[in-house]
Amino acid sequence: MKIKLLIADDEKEFIEALAQRLEIRDFTVTAVTSGEAAIEMAAKINFDVIILDVLMPKLTGIEALKQIKKINPITPIIMLTGEATVENAIQGMKLGAFDFLIKPTKTDTLSQKIIEANEVKQRHEERIRQAEIDNILRTRGW
Amino acid sequence: MFNRLITRLFLLDQTPKEHYSALKRNIIAVMLLITIVPLATMLVINYFQYRSHLRSQIIAPLYAMAEKTRHSFELFLNQRLATIRFISTTYSYQDLNDEQKIKKILISLKKEWQGFVDIGLIDSEGKLVSYAGPYSLVGKNYSDQLSFKETQIKGKYISDVFLGHRKFPHIIIAVQHLTDSGQSWIIRATIDTDFFNGLISSMGLPRLTDSFLINQEGILQTDSLYYGNTLEKWPLKLPRATSRPGSAEQSDNQNRNVIIVSSEFSITDYVLVIVQPQSVALKSWHVLQTEMIVIFLISLTIILVAILKMADVMVKRIKTSDENREAALAELQHAQKLSSIGRLAAGVAHEINNPLAIINEKAGLMGDLIELSANFDKKEKFSDLAKGIINSVSRCKKITHRLLGFSKRIQVHIEPININSVISEVLDFLEKDILYRKIDIVVDFSENLSLIQSDHGQLQQILINLLTNAFAAVDDFGRVDIHSKNIEDDGVRILIEDNGCGMPADVIKNIFDPFFSTKKEKGTGLGLSITYGIIKKLGGKISVDSQLKKGSVFIIDLPAKPNNQE
Repeated sequence: MKIKLLIADDEKEFIEALAQRLEIRDFTVTAVTSGEAAIEMAAKINFDVIILDVLMPKLTGIEALKQIKKINPITPIIMLTGEATVENAIQGMKLGAFDFLIKPTKTDTLSQKIIEANEVKQRHEERIRQAEIDNILRTRGW
Repeated sequence: MFNRLITRLFLLDQTPKEHYSALKRNIIAVMLLITIVPLATMLVINYFQYRSHLRSQIIAPLYAMAEKTRHSFELFLNQRLATIRFISTTYSYQDLNDEQKIKKILISLKKEWQGFVDIGLIDSEGKLVSYAGPYSLVGKNYSDQLSFKETQIKGKYISDVFLGHRKFPHIIIAVQHLTDSGQSWIIRATIDTDFFNGLISSMGLPRLTDSFLINQEGILQTDSLYYGNTLEKWPLKLPRATSRPGSAEQSDNQNRNVIIVSSEFSITDYVLVIVQPQSVALKSWHVLQTEMIVIFLISLTIILVAILKMADVMVKRIKTSDENREAALAELQHAQKLSSIGRLAAGVAHEINNPLAIINEKAGLMGDLIELSANFDKKEKFSDLAKGIINSVSRCKKITHRLLGFSKRIQVHIEPININSVISEVLDFLEKDILYRKIDIVVDFSENLSLIQSDHGQLQQILINLLTNAFAAVDDFGRVDIHSKNIEDDGVRILIEDNGCGMPADVIKNIFDPFFSTKKEKGTGLGLSITYGIIKKLGGKISVDSQLKKGSVFIIDLPAKPNNQE
């Protein structure tokens, strides 16, 4: 089953090329060009991994990260930025970002990160499912 | 006004070297002016004050002596005058005209009073009518003589000294008597002046001091030790006549500088004169004068030496302080330059990263599409071209990331650090390069190296930068020496020495400036600038010594703890 990706970046040229390249690498990609659109999409679809640009007009990637984490806390979010500062990275990590990558990044590196993030998410979901099963079994006296 | 003058003295438009020598000269001039002028003024004032004071102290005894002796003279003369006057009132004209009686009177006078030679009676016509004495003068007419005329007018007369028939000096004392009936006569007595000389010799004059009587015309009335005998002309000028004794300083006929003290008689025209050479009178003044000059010269020498020494020390301190200030200013300017370039670099890097990302993705997509196309003409060629673009983007990315690193203010994480361990870690990290280039690494670590408070990551970065540069400087099989040792205040020194190509002086001067690179297209020119910035931030300092074709040595001094970590 293909990994469902949401990518948000205000650079349209960049996001189009990146989306196509990731699709070639067998990902299902939804590309949006603002933080608001990313939150909207995340509310509708359960993406496996979300990639957010840090510097976007109006709603920044960090703000979008906060909102999406409220909607879906377990979806891993990779932050992508042209300006890597330790302060930004620490803030992003504290808010639950999966990783912090600096533009321009190699697509293969990004693909690898996406796969890792998805595995983490899968394990997380597996643990939740297992917990739910355990809970059902316990409540029914098995 | 004074402030402006002082400011002008110390603000000079010269080259630095001339400036300091001119400054030193001006300090010396000003200090000499403000010390020697008051000292010299005080010396001059003291000189005149002391001279005036001592002179009055020295001359006062001479005044007293002159007055005392004059009184003695006047007493002598007054006694003789009073005696003659007594005779004129006691005896009648007839008594005095009696030869026997007048002889008896002379005998009594000689017995009672010293100096009487003769006595005579002169009638109102000026004719000597009666006489007792050694000469035959009866009948002599004195009417045309000054003594007679003056006695007629003033009632008494004391003459100047003159030589009589016997050629010895004597004076005449004459008194007029007027009877109630209007009859008048004059008693005239002659007195020798031996007593004058006796009075003068009894004054007890100091050595080389002379005293004598003169009349108003300057004719000596007594013998002088240095200026001639009685009735000779005294060659000097009298001090101005006043009621009090007068004094003057003159050069006498023997070229001696003398002090002259004079006292005028009230009953006659005599003047008592005391002449003392200045060498005797002012001996104590001359001693004091010499002492004052010697003290002044000693003070002057001490002041001169002190001023020269002080000026030297002051100018040296000013020079050192100026140099330190200039060095601090240069350092500040360098830091500001780094800071502003850093901010600019960060802005450029950030702006470039986004278009680079687009190029990267577009070229990547192009490559992906070419790879996926089965029948793409010149597939390999285009694939290589796309890879070329991606590689160039990768190089650009490295540059922008270093630019960002240059400006980033990463929070420093201070912890106790063993520099030897950090160097070993970095050498492990660079092992592949060392092995590949067959570089001879010689490590000389101090075994008792102090632990310092510093940032591990940043120390790694500076060591990587410096070692990478050293490796680039040496040829294959080259040698790099790394030393560590303790320095003062528990700091640590690291020396990284290579036997590579070395650097000329103009390169060394700019080596820590951002974007300065000798590696042409290979380097960003930021490595050493970043290293410099990090070392400064950690409170340390870096210096370099290099010789062309012999190699370079980088010296890094790190403090026990960063400056702001008190």
